[in-house]
Amino acid sequence: MIFRAKGIPLHINELLVGIITRNPEKQGEQLIFIGDAAPYGDYLAILSCAPASYTGLPTVFNISSLDHLADGDIVSIGPDGIVRTVYRTNSFYNTILATERCNSNCLMCSQPPKDKNDIPYLFELYRRVIPLIPKDCVELTVSGGEPTLMGERFFELLELITRELPDTEVHVLTNGRSFAWDHLAERLARIDNPRLMLGIPVYADYYQVHDHIVQARGAFDQTILGLHNLARHGIRLEIRVVLHQQSIPRLTRLARYIFKNLPFAEHVTFMGLEYTGYTPHNIEQLWIDPYDYNNELTEAVEFLAGQGMHVSIYNAQLCVMPERLWPYARKSISDWKNDYLPACESCSKLDDCGGLFTWNLKKCSAYIQPLSA
Amino acid sequence: MVETLIQRNTRKFKAPDFYAGSGNVYFLLPFRFHRLNDRKEVLVNEVGDHLVVPTGTAARIVQRKLRREDEAELYGDLIAGFFIAEQQLPPLIDVLATRYRTKKSFLDQFTSLHLFVITLRCEHTCHYCQVSRVTSNKDEFDMRYEHINKGIDLMLRSPGEYLTMEFQGGEALLAFDKIVYAIERTKPLALEKGKQMTYVICTNLAVLDEDVLAYCQANNVLLSTSLDGPGFIHNQNRRRPGNNSYELTIKGIEMARQWLGPGNLSALMTTTNLSLDHPLAIVDEYFQQGFRSIFLRPISPYGFALKNEKKNKYEIERFITFYKTALQHILNYNRDGEFFREEYATIILKKILTPFPVGYVDLNSPAGSITNAILFNYDGAVYASDESRMLAESGDYTFRLGHLDTHDYEAVFYGEKAQELADVMVNEALPGCSECAFQSYCGADPVHNHATQGSVWGYRPTSTFCQKNMELIRYLIELMDSDPQVKQIFEGWVSQRRAS
Ligand code: SF4
Ligand code: SF4
Repeated sequence: MIFRAKGIPLHINELLVGIITRNPEKQGEQLIFIGDAAPYGDYLAILSCAPASYTGLPTVFNISSLDHLADGDIVSIGPDGIVRTVYRTNSFYNTILATERCNSNCLMCSQPPKDKNDIPYLFELYRRVIPLIPKDCVELTVSGGEPTLMGERFFELLELITRELPDTEVHVLTNGRSFAWDHLAERLARIDNPRLMLGIPVYADYYQVHDHIVQARGAFDQTILGLHNLARHGIRLEIRVVLHQQSIPRLTRLARYIFKNLPFAEHVTFMGLEYTGYTPHNIEQLWIDPYDYNNELTEAVEFLAGQGMHVSIYNAQLCVMPERLWPYARKSISDWKNDYLPACESCSKLDDCGGLFTWNLKKCSAYIQPLSA
Repeated sequence: MVETLIQRNTRKFKAPDFYAGSGNVYFLLPFRFHRLNDRKEVLVNEVGDHLVVPTGTAARIVQRKLRREDEAELYGDLIAGFFIAEQQLPPLIDVLATRYRTKKSFLDQFTSLHLFVITLRCEHTCHYCQVSRVTSNKDEFDMRYEHINKGIDLMLRSPGEYLTMEFQGGEALLAFDKIVYAIERTKPLALEKGKQMTYVICTNLAVLDEDVLAYCQANNVLLSTSLDGPGFIHNQNRRRPGNNSYELTIKGIEMARQWLGPGNLSALMTTTNLSLDHPLAIVDEYFQQGFRSIFLRPISPYGFALKNEKKNKYEIERFITFYKTALQHILNYNRDGEFFREEYATIILKKILTPFPVGYVDLNSPAGSITNAILFNYDGAVYASDESRMLAESGDYTFRLGHLDTHDYEAVFYGEKAQELADVMVNEALPGCSECAFQSYCGADPVHNHATQGSVWGYRPTSTFCQKNMELIRYLIELMDSDPQVKQIFEGWVSQRRAS
């Protein structure tokens, strides 16, 4: 997946945000035209693979390839000549990266946080992107880092989304700690978006285990209080559990803890480990072959589902789990997914299987084997 | 957001120990314990979560002999389960408070079950029944219209949104015209007041006909009947001319299911001396008749030789044995892959295994009388419960809260009698119960106490109510702890997904 292209900028003095088109019939000041021959017309900017020439408009030349961009995609262009894809119109999985900062530091973070203040820049970027997103966008994820670290701008961003995209499902991935302060939960509730759902990780029922996994003292208590505050204000909640060596020992207890203390959660998701970000670095204390936690996972999933809760399993391979868990396995949660091992080619379940993340091809269960029809 | 102000110097990973609390000081949260058997005891916290541990654990916890380093798993269980805390005021105390509020939230709706004894007339002569009359004297034994009207008025004063109006007898269907009158009168008034009504008729089905069924079908009226077991038990218990109560009941069940659907008909059993010898046959009968649940109704105090302690103890022991045998038999059906549950266990298990409120009249604290259920008798008298009016039939008016002719809503529900009762309706404050581990699974039953021990407070060491509940609760927990399959079956019984 390519999200970035670079070329030689001309007349680009500030961040530009616009919609890609290759159709010379279409014009408009929100549009960015892709083409080697400079058209006459009203565009925000031109992107071209050709050598520099005069266009009369802000242009990036000499880009090695623009094939990854489709008409309707939204990109940003910086004075440095970097073209970033910020919205892909043909994808179901568009993410708004609110900030790369985070107040936790999870052992298995797939996008390790950075301690730079990117918030003003990203807020300005998305303030301009959101109105350009097609109104029929099905789902939008707001992720980080920890999005609530944007402070008041986090709520302004959600207000903008709510206003511009009233029919879009908005999924915010947060560690929920900020909502231990009730006025922030209340602030979120005031946005009053029924399509808003928060995905919040809980990795254990016991604070020490959770705090160690997220590498932050006091995180568990804050998250649980946050969940309660959010529920009290009527915010829809999903609880996310990543499966690894540190979370498995208390997994069945966690399932019962969720049912008893967080029964208001609309969805509980169990997710296989992703071999990316911090994970390779911490693999010694994280790795457990998914085959070896089937008992715990089965008990946790069947308990919660049995009590009427909505349960899903992500990032997991059908051949590794017992068949009784198949109904809970969901196919894919991003465009990075759906890579397969050579073994998968002869598998009868290829079409139903979540397969593997590209990066998980390097580290996966020893029990993957094609299923016969 | 406070966290963002702290400058982070390093993102180096730290070991689990770094995240443990400091030192080995811990504080006790309110919990109680009970011995399960020679090897194990159970701890129960303030909101009813339980933890089975080796004998002696409670003592070690209290004596501060527990060390995190040595028993990390147990220590984690105790912290996570709200048994102990590392701060005097635990950070999640509000979660515990919310859970407590939720558990007791059956009180929010106040009185929901309204029993109307629409007639005392009956065509049966069951030997254990002290109340019904075989008579055709409607004037004397049917509820009068003005009393029905007044009862409906009081019912609709309830703050609850969901109300149940249940018609009892005698044989309620002998006064079907009055039932229709009562429902038709309630419908518009309930609509006006925004109340969601459930209508139930308790009937032995003997006089059931198509007119009745058509009305029930059109108005979503549920039927609740009695089935004591196979014919030889049922007909022995439930005498009527022709000795054919069982046959009529089975025929009625079939008809009712055809008209109303299987979910709108339920059956209750009464345990009698004869029943006690036939637990398996009774369970099998329910299963064969297509029921997927059975309520092994705890023997009522009126089956006892009241106030004879020795005899009572013996009787209740027999019942407990009967119950366990029947429960094991039911579990066997489940082991064979059938869904078939026992209702009394399910009520207790819901309290043990779920965070939700369970409003079962006979096992609540505060007791279900008044706070959950009220009874309007055929003669206009108002009683705290069904048992209360049975006492009244034998001349004991202790639980008579007033009369529809003379008492208004306030006088009935907040009057002197109700206030006196309130003192003994809370098992958290009853001697014996206040330290009992099973307090949150059990309830207070002043009517039972009064009937069997002559005191509304009761005396736990010889209380048959306590004897029965303490043993059944202990048994259920022991079963779950000793057999993971039973635990799974029980978790299935309490599931929200199952129709209740
Ligand atoms: S062999 Fe591949 S496609 Fe088949 S179930 Fe396993 S991981 Fe999925
Ligand atoms: S009646 Fe007995 S079992 Fe129930 S709470 Fe009281 S002491 Fe415990």
